[in-house]
Amino acid sequence: MEVFLVSLLNGLVYGMLLFMLASGLTLIFSMMGVLNFAHASAFMLGAYFAYSISLIAGFWVALFVAPILCGLLGAAIERFGLRRVHRNGHVAELLFTFGLAMVIEKVVQMSWGLLAVPYRIPALLDFPLFSVYGTQFPAYRAFMLLISALMFLAIWLALTRTRVGLVIQASLTHPEMARALGHDVPKMFTLVFASGMALAGLAGVIGGNYQTTSPSMAVTMGPIVFVVVVFGGLGSLLGCFIASLLMGLIQTFAVVLDYSAADLLARVGLTVTRSSPLGELLTMPLPRIGALLPYILLVLILWFRPRGLMGTRDT
Amino acid sequence: MKSIYRAALAALAMMLSVAVTPASAQGTIKLAYTDPLSGAFAQVGDANLKMWSYLIDYINSKGGAAGRKFELVPFDNKSQPADALLALKSATDQNMPFIVQCSGSNIAAALIEAIDKHNTRNPDNRIIYINCGAVATELTNEKCSFWHFRFDLNVAQKAEVLVRALPKNITKVYLINQDYLFGQSVQRDVKAFLKQVRPDVQVVGDELIPLGKIQDFSPYITKVKASGAQALLSGNWGPDINLLLKAGFDAGVDLRYYTFYAHLAGGPTTIGPAGDGKVYSVMPNSENLPVEKGLKDADEFIQGFHKANPGMKFDFSSVSFRTILEYLQEAINKTGSVDPTKIAFALEGMKRKDLFNYDTMMRKEDHQVIMEYMVGQLSKGTKYDSEGTGLGWKVSAIVEGKDLMQPTSCIMRRPAK
Repeated sequence: MEVFLVSLLNGLVYGMLLFMLASGLTLIFSMMGVLNFAHASAFMLGAYFAYSISLIAGFWVALFVAPILCGLLGAAIERFGLRRVHRNGHVAELLFTFGLAMVIEKVVQMSWGLLAVPYRIPALLDFPLFSVYGTQFPAYRAFMLLISALMFLAIWLALTRTRVGLVIQASLTHPEMARALGHDVPKMFTLVFASGMALAGLAGVIGGNYQTTSPSMAVTMGPIVFVVVVFGGLGSLLGCFIASLLMGLIQTFAVVLDYSAADLLARVGLTVTRSSPLGELLTMPLPRIGALLPYILLVLILWFRPRGLMGTRDT
Repeated sequence: MKSIYRAALAALAMMLSVAVTPASAQGTIKLAYTDPLSGAFAQVGDANLKMWSYLIDYINSKGGAAGRKFELVPFDNKSQPADALLALKSATDQNMPFIVQCSGSNIAAALIEAIDKHNTRNPDNRIIYINCGAVATELTNEKCSFWHFRFDLNVAQKAEVLVRALPKNITKVYLINQDYLFGQSVQRDVKAFLKQVRPDVQVVGDELIPLGKIQDFSPYITKVKASGAQALLSGNWGPDINLLLKAGFDAGVDLRYYTFYAHLAGGPTTIGPAGDGKVYSVMPNSENLPVEKGLKDADEFIQGFHKANPGMKFDFSSVSFRTILEYLQEAINKTGSVDPTKIAFALEGMKRKDLFNYDTMMRKEDHQVIMEYMVGQLSKGTKYDSEGTGLGWKVSAIVEGKDLMQPTSCIMRRPAK
């Protein structure tokens, strides 16, 4: 019970962090069809900006300023980069963001060095909030949950209650029609791209001191964010939310479930040891392949249901 | 037609520029150094690079060898064996006599195999592999090679030091290691020595984690706590030990940590003040060792590194690499040449006292160095603290080389002299 509760909490925290990252990417991907490889780079930049700002002005200032900086960068990328590349098609946009991701990684390495920087949790939040059967739950994780919940609420309100939000929703599923009706779709694109990058930046501010802030952050987080977006489905923020939590919980619980396929087979009376055929594979405990599970799920969903869990359009 | 002439001219110019590059026959003695200088383990490679620079400057100030100076040529291998082999190719293309590598037994295994093949096929362009930290036991047993010289204790020896340091009141331990050659080596050897030296200790959990991938170790800490373990034993290095310890202290679980590499760059910073008295690591030296032994020269030498690198916060954990350079210096001076075959024969069986006045030896049977090792405990109140945390590595126990002469299964094939 103890293991279940603690893992549930940790899985939720990781899932919400993924959601912060993936929500921006879902919006961008759904609306613009652009597979933004530079999204995880915004995550990394958010963490680095927050580190540098927090050295001068403290964490709380960084919490507001760093995402805004990422958003501005996103707006600039879209306005001066993507908009020009857009007329050459989706593949060109993909390659552009891919190149951008590499450039950003190198710039980060040149500016802040190759090593991880000591971006820390603010002292105000560095205490155990409560204990679950003797294991402490740090207050900072509760803070992470709070911020991501607030963010989800804010996005939902913005999309459903504001006029701009309604236009964005329309453009998410029927971009050509929205343009035909006279809405300024390019401006929507810039807004969505900038917001997506700002959200990724916010995730970076929160997640950078939870994980380590290093130039390899983007490469580590990037793939799993794509898995979440594809799994959740295009055009659906709720699908993205479910997929993020699912991935977070799967990866966390996979570590604590010490079973292998052999154990499952033993239940039906088949004994499998390391020396039996395929024995090596079947006796592999779940924790050892835990990091692989999201990608297995990705392959499965593309095989059985390409539009994702709650997608409204095909990928 | 004109474009063909232009292309031919360009090709000719390129060929000439390459041909004119002078072959450094009587220049510096080059040591190719390959380690991860970017990626998840960059911190370790980068720290090593700075320490090597200081040591090379020192040995050159002591005359270098055979009237020539040493020079380190770094190659980033991004923790990939394929890139390390590219570095090897560059080194042999430039006729370098030595290649040095410290991080990653999987890379070491690839290098040993490649160098064996290369040296057999190219007897006039041989290269010696100086292993400064890839410690999987197999490398001086099943996979041993005449051209490989390991200058750090192997996993079996470190495991013995670690197990002997476990206090009597610890009876339940949990093992967490990285899922590759080295981590599996630690897992095997620690369990073997526990059975041999401490049969009263029960291994309540035993895990392998993917290398350099996990950011959040809280689920593992949950499991460790649920198992009732009193101590966590881990061979993890780089971010895998730093984040593991961080998760342990964040969760506030009551554990002692016995590690192989908590003392490397970034470790003490991640552990923080909560680690006082709880973290142990096996290491060749700590900055406080010369203080406790009253060795003024060694103390000055170590602090000299910090004076030369004022921005560098981490400990001079690789100061024992000086022994490597002293061995090379002696071998080159003795044979009067930089011919790898002659140097290799000179190195095996060599004995020296290291800078801490302990006896060391390069064993002939398996090219494994026999040296002293200590167990450090991170605590307050030491003369030198680590990375500005207020906690330093106190000498908890020292094991001398003569007590670490473990058997080897190596069948050494030697070339003709």
